[in-house]
Amino acid sequence: MNNTLLNVKELQVHFKVYGGILKVLNDVTLTVNEKEKVGLIGESGCGKTTTMKAIIRILPWNAIVPKAKIYFKGKDVMKMNDSELKKLRRSSISMIFQDPTAALNPVFKIRDQIFDVVKYANLEMGKNLSKKEIEEEAIRLLREAALPEPERILDSYPFQLSGGMRQRVCIAMALASARELLIADEPGTSLDVTIEDQILRLLKQIVEERRTSIILISHALGAVKGFVDRVYVMYAGCIVESARTFDLFHEPLHPYTKGLLAAVPKLTGGGIPEGIKGRVPDYMNPPLGCRFITRCVHAMPICERKQPRMVNAGNNHEVACFLYGE
Amino acid sequence: MRLATYLAKRIGYTIFVLLGLSILIFTLARVLPGDPARMALSPRAPEWAIEKLREQLRLNEPLPVQYLYWLRDVFSGSLGESLVTRRDVLTDITEFLPATLELLLFALIFDVAIAIPVGMLAGRKANTWVDNLVRGFAYIGVTIPAFVFAIIFLLVFGYILHIAPVVGRLSPGVVPPPRITGLFTIDSLITGNFSTFVDALSHLILPSLALALGPIAQEARITRASVVENLNKDYILASVSHGLPERLIVLKYLMKPSLIPTVSIMGLDIASLIGWAFLVESIFNWPGMSRYGIIAMLRKDLNAIVGVVMVTGLVFAIANILVDIIVSLLDPRIRMVERAK
Repeated sequence: MNNTLLNVKELQVHFKVYGGILKVLNDVTLTVNEKEKVGLIGESGCGKTTTMKAIIRILPWNAIVPKAKIYFKGKDVMKMNDSELKKLRRSSISMIFQDPTAALNPVFKIRDQIFDVVKYANLEMGKNLSKKEIEEEAIRLLREAALPEPERILDSYPFQLSGGMRQRVCIAMALASARELLIADEPGTSLDVTIEDQILRLLKQIVEERRTSIILISHALGAVKGFVDRVYVMYAGCIVESARTFDLFHEPLHPYTKGLLAAVPKLTGGGIPEGIKGRVPDYMNPPLGCRFITRCVHAMPICERKQPRMVNAGNNHEVACFLYGE
Repeated sequence: MRLATYLAKRIGYTIFVLLGLSILIFTLARVLPGDPARMALSPRAPEWAIEKLREQLRLNEPLPVQYLYWLRDVFSGSLGESLVTRRDVLTDITEFLPATLELLLFALIFDVAIAIPVGMLAGRKANTWVDNLVRGFAYIGVTIPAFVFAIIFLLVFGYILHIAPVVGRLSPGVVPPPRITGLFTIDSLITGNFSTFVDALSHLILPSLALALGPIAQEARITRASVVENLNKDYILASVSHGLPERLIVLKYLMKPSLIPTVSIMGLDIASLIGWAFLVESIFNWPGMSRYGIIAMLRKDLNAIVGVVMVTGLVFAIANILVDIIVSLLDPRIRMVERAK
């Protein structure tokens, strides 16, 4: 039925830091199908961004990847050489960063930055555009990102634009080179709430019109709920649950997901919810078994010894917890 | 604000700074012990001759009056007579300044040509052996003063290896090119005298390199640090994630923001270059303004001391205006803020 676009299996990423090694990603497994909208949720520092950076291979120098199977349309991304990687980045996958202020080069006009991206994206498709064609294409992309007066935007420096406009510029640049998969890393978190809402609506509209896939990273559960088809829940470098959006929000299985959903204050009353007690574990010495054990109300002896695997709880709802299956 | 208005404003500030500097150095030169008139004439000169010279130099007037006389002379295009050369100090300086400027110019060329590529390379290869090597040499360069390098170069390359000449601006017997700018390399090129150019250039290499090593080390370190910092910035990751060619990322998107701190530091380093030039010129027997200044100080040649300091101040001020312009070209944020003022 669905063709798999991206398939990530048992991805591990560690970071070498002063005083040891941070074992951040622990066997992350996820898939994205063609034209599918996938959400990835979890609290800050759980490795959402690291997972995405690993997929397009832009991890920092101190990252170690002991184990990784990343396939994009059946091709092994980890084994790609420079030109294959460039092709992937120019024509298939693109990433929108969390903070548009940091993601735009402060000392170049938008014109410089978007022109280069458009130029090389088209070059990869065998189209050597003239300066004028590049400008037309850039303006078209800025319009698609719902920016008014694109000509004026081109002649601005990033610091002359508002946060929302910067993020739209980043979206326009990403659109130039994302024909198959768009990765949006908390695209509204650094903006105020109304702008965040606009940005998410825009992204949804764009991916539906273009029929591309998207991975939306967020910790705004409400935003994810109205946007994506399927959700992955991440905790401390592990995927703990995955399900269709409706199923996940109505029948969360993993204790962490339950806690996460319960932590959202409700308009219907009940005051400020308690949230999940405790903290994300120390990545230098993570628990041997389930990484959620330190905060879990259902912790059992087996959770200490063994890492839970993802089991199917029916209806494509998978969960990594010993309370279910086995 | 247009560039012209900005420049006019900066030049206005500079005039005030130079006026302040002139008052300071004018007073300092005169309150130091030692009678310039007695030092100019021989120790056994008769008292009436010394008194006559003091009168002529207006040394018996109160200090503010002396200063106003000096200022009047400056506006009529004279820096006063030197007691050593018996010529107008301005004439002396126009004769000796080009040699120093040439030395500074080549030191700057070495500085920019070595510090920036080396710093960029070390930053991109951070924490590898290349980086460690660069950082090691940079520590040495930052800690050892220029005159020590000058002496080492003089001994090693001049007297032991005979690689390059170490005395003066030209080899004995080589006729200086006709004076156009006073910079031998440029003048000889203009007049098409290539062998003189090569000779002048070979004389420049060791002193200007000795002078440049400190700033090179300093700026390579600064460049490395900002490259390392910028490499981890999201905008560089974004450029990589868009699949731009590596050369474009490094030479355009990484280099421009990384050079902003380097160029700012360069303004400070130019000051140290001028300072160290005084010693390096002495070591290489370079007939420049610094040597003239040292003789002036030893002989307490009042007008020459003030003249040399003022010209040094002027060179420094001009260099810093240029640095500010380059920084504002590199960084639109600075440019816009300056214009908004």
